Amino acid sequence: MQAERTPLARIAGEFAESRLALAGLGLFALILLAAVFAPLISPQNPYDLAQLDVLDSHLPPGARSGGGMTFWLGSDGQGRDILSGIFYGLRISLEVGAASTLCAVVIGLTLGLAAAYFGGRTDSAIMRLADIQLAFPSILIALILLALLGQGVGKTIFALVMVQWAYYARTVRGTALTERGKEYIEAARCLALPPARIVFRHLLPNCLPPLIVIATVQVAAAIALEATLSYLGIGVPITEPSLGLLIKNGFDYMLSGRYWISFFPGLALLLTIVSINLVADRLRDVLNPRLQQ
Amino acid sequence: MMVRRARFVLGCLLCAALSLAAAHSAPAAELRIGLAADVTSLDPHFLNVAPNNNAAWQIFDALVNVDANTRLVPGLAVSWRAVDATTWEFKLRKGVKFHDGSDFTAEDVVFSLERPATLSASPGPFTSFVKPIVAKKIVDPWTLRLKTAQPYAMLPHDLDSIFIVSKKAAAGASTEDFNSGKATIGTGPYKLVRFARGDRIELVRNDAYWDGQNGKLASWDKVTLRILPEDTARIAALLAGDVDAIENIPTADLTRLKANPAFRLEQKVSWRTLFLHLDQYREHPPHLSDKSGKPLAKNPFMDARVRLALSKAINRKAIVERVMEGNAVAAGNLVSPPVFGHVPELKPEAYDPAGAKTLLAQAGYPDGFALTLYAPNNRYVNDEQLAQTLAQMLARVGIQTRVETLPASVYFAKARAGEFSCALLGWGSFSGDLALRALIATPDPVAGYGAWNWGHYSNPKVDAMLKQDFATLDDARREALAREAARLALKDVPLILLHHQLASWAMKKDIAYSPRTDEYTFARDFRPR
Amino acid sequence: MAAFVIRRLLQSALVLGVMSLLVFVGVYAIGNPVDILISPQADQADIARAIAALGLDQPLWKQYFVFLRQALSGDLGKSFAYNIPAIQLILERMPATLELALAATGMAVLLGIPLGLWAGLKPDSWAGKLIMGGSILGFSLPTFWVGLLLIMLFAVELGWLPSGGRGPTTLLFGVPVSFLSWEGLRHLILPAANLALFKLSLIIRLTRAGTREALLQDYVKFARAKGLTNARVIGVHVLKNIMIPIVTVIGLEFGSVIAFAIVTESIFSWPGMGKLIIDSINVLDRPVIVAYLLVIVSLVILINLAVDIAYSLLDPRVRLGAATS
Repeated sequence: MQAERTPLARIAGEFAESRLALAGLGLFALILLAAVFAPLISPQNPYDLAQLDVLDSHLPPGARSGGGMTFWLGSDGQGRDILSGIFYGLRISLEVGAASTLCAVVIGLTLGLAAAYFGGRTDSAIMRLADIQLAFPSILIALILLALLGQGVGKTIFALVMVQWAYYARTVRGTALTERGKEYIEAARCLALPPARIVFRHLLPNCLPPLIVIATVQVAAAIALEATLSYLGIGVPITEPSLGLLIKNGFDYMLSGRYWISFFPGLALLLTIVSINLVADRLRDVLNPRLQQ
Repeated sequence: MMVRRARFVLGCLLCAALSLAAAHSAPAAELRIGLAADVTSLDPHFLNVAPNNNAAWQIFDALVNVDANTRLVPGLAVSWRAVDATTWEFKLRKGVKFHDGSDFTAEDVVFSLERPATLSASPGPFTSFVKPIVAKKIVDPWTLRLKTAQPYAMLPHDLDSIFIVSKKAAAGASTEDFNSGKATIGTGPYKLVRFARGDRIELVRNDAYWDGQNGKLASWDKVTLRILPEDTARIAALLAGDVDAIENIPTADLTRLKANPAFRLEQKVSWRTLFLHLDQYREHPPHLSDKSGKPLAKNPFMDARVRLALSKAINRKAIVERVMEGNAVAAGNLVSPPVFGHVPELKPEAYDPAGAKTLLAQAGYPDGFALTLYAPNNRYVNDEQLAQTLAQMLARVGIQTRVETLPASVYFAKARAGEFSCALLGWGSFSGDLALRALIATPDPVAGYGAWNWGHYSNPKVDAMLKQDFATLDDARREALAREAARLALKDVPLILLHHQLASWAMKKDIAYSPRTDEYTFARDFRPR
Repeated sequence: MAAFVIRRLLQSALVLGVMSLLVFVGVYAIGNPVDILISPQADQADIARAIAALGLDQPLWKQYFVFLRQALSGDLGKSFAYNIPAIQLILERMPATLELALAATGMAVLLGIPLGLWAGLKPDSWAGKLIMGGSILGFSLPTFWVGLLLIMLFAVELGWLPSGGRGPTTLLFGVPVSFLSWEGLRHLILPAANLALFKLSLIIRLTRAGTREALLQDYVKFARAKGLTNARVIGVHVLKNIMIPIVTVIGLEFGSVIAFAIVTESIFSWPGMGKLIIDSINVLDRPVIVAYLLVIVSLVILINLAVDIAYSLLDPRVRLGAATS
């Protein structure tokens, strides 16, 4: 019976065995929907300064604006509705986190595998490049990009990719070096299989488990890193805040009792990352060939 | 919920260590002050930036000091007068001793006036204050004559910025000798004990301070200046009792601190004024277009009606109350109320959005236009919040405004290169005519006029009045001229004035501080209550 | 082995050269410190003179050439803002940062591996789930935010620990350290915990994943079948298997810990290199930025070298300079 199921159905079936993972998936779907349909469900467009009124600033959750709108989660220092800010901010944060991680993983994986497989000069060149990258402070990279290119979400993603790829490259190379010495690779080489086939069919799948662990952590880390760049004044534009920037803006109010400006975006970030991890943890277990019995 | 969980996890992490934590003992007779910016060096002639000067003022004096209202008062000079059009005579204070016990004389003054020029590799040298002096003559050990090439009224004022060091201790001394304390021999209210770069400065009272007999002897025998640039860290240090007083209170925390019976708050209008520079010299300045992004036929900022419309569009009361949370006053002057040359009858432009729209329509922009407002994001109090609020207000009168904020390191280079057409700048000046010279006079590198006039506003009449002003040695007449020039220039709306910041300090309930317009934090001005 | 190390060091010298060039071009593109630091009263001539005095009016290639010549004779230049040799400035701040980073790494490893093992061995127990749930907290909240929460809780509310600063230091082999005195240790706890949090989560997760996988491997099953004690199976066979990724990550993270110390040091007013570099970037103090990067890159290169050597010790199948064969 089992054999008749397609791999996808098998994965879905096994995934659904964990209720926690299902809950995580549900939560993530909700968050994703909120992000995608932000313009439709938000009471206000928080990125349009013309719609904001500074006279509505610092209002606590549940207060009404001069224009009669209710700030369910309060408003920030510009009179921006925190709830709308969260919906819009989710979009930016997810975009930044996913895009930068994906690019960084692809670049890091390719270079890491190449370094491990080809060795020699290639290995040295790639690894020394990674050394530079790992040591170069991310804020300096971001600052240089900011000075040269100006502000923008795309530039922030670019800065994050620049900061992160080396990380994956080194991890992949480390694992791949171990795998490379194992019998199945030797065997594949003896069969004179083309290098690309050996790398992608044999080496890659076995390098994935630690990479997936790190990548899921890094999506979250990329979102948090973006917040840190914002904290240092070199992240996304101030008028189009991501979740991280919302948290940073609210950070100034933490000791003043106006907790909501930072607390609710923080909660939203936490839920997002928890849901991503619940899903990713389960996926990793389901996908890992060696955990299959 | 989240906080509680974090608490639990962290509690587990730390409980072992914490269970051992002992109650801390309160040190007596020591004042600990949290400063808001890093002090890079204790060499008083190396880098002219406020944090370094603030540290130097604890240890050194100048010939001319500045009081809490930025007005000149005798320092190491008891009096000064213009002997003729190009000669100033300073009478020095007798009986003043340096920290090492040696006598203060005119030799030390001459040495101190010459030292800035020997420290050439400085990104912020003190040389601009001494370069008008062409000759120095010691008449007797307590009389000094300084000669300038042209009549120069600002000399006493400039000498407020030159700290007097001991010639004996500082001859041949490097910056490192000042940091180590070897050369840090001044006449000021405190002596240096230790400078731990990036962390703290430890001081001990100078019991022989010359101003001591006037009841100005410092109250605490030991003072530690802690470097706490992070706003929240500084506030937290005060709340946790790790310091006794802090400067530069984040506006968000003002209300809470005011209501807290354990602390006191001191505020005073600062010398810093915030305003927008508008490009008035290029036909097609960057980042300025109609609402669909097409270039405009001409530069709207060249029309005084448009500039006035922008000014009327701004609700300064809302900015003061909401963005600054009361820590500012609306500005109708380039310099704040206590400063030399302030014109009391010049009031802030009233908020009048309807009037602004009418003016825009008259100028040929009934539908407004689009601009990008640039601002730094780590330079002035709430600068990026301010920029967004300004954009909201401009949008209400039909000027579609995009905001871009940059760190100061990127911002100022771009501003100087003329990359912005509408840019935020903050300015602190001890004197209205100096502010006019830098910000509003026609840019002229040879005369040194208009060095910060990013918008290139130009009015020959104002330039001529300023020239006359700087050659007028009588203070009352000079102030009248400075006011006249300000009235004339500001009528044209050469820049959009916003507000004057307030300087603020918070301290434990049983301590008092006399707040200063120049924002300096002087350890000797703290008193027990 | 010697040949490998020498070749690696030669490559590293090249890396340092490329690096310094990148910084020169980068900082040149941003601007110059005079625009940021010059006093309001300075006129155009003063500004031009200050720029020239620092040599910043020269063409870029000339500036770099001057730097290179001095660097080769061991002089990395004087800081623009501090007016003392940049390298001295950095070495003076380095112990504080290294101590913080080591304390954080130590905390993360000592707590992370046991917790990760527990979660890996008993993934379905409530403790295992709690550990995994808690670990999500560690990387989902921005460091600066968690840092402030720590200060609010332990310094402001409870008053148990100081809110920031380094406190008194003791000299150990001529290096000032905090951890030898009780007062110094109290100052170290919060910033180290703040910095450790992210890595702690990462190590817990890596250990758990590695453990779960190792338990299914034939050699572990075999070891169990041979009747080895559970402690020995876990202590020797499981741990050894999961060490490679963990060592890699610890090595990698050590570099990033130093980079991230920037934020922790700011929040906790910890007088380390991170605070210095952020101040230097803010005023474009190029000599300090260059010297900092050269020091950090050297450090990272050495750590990576150590990690590569550790690989070969942990796993005999990895040969040093493997790829040349």
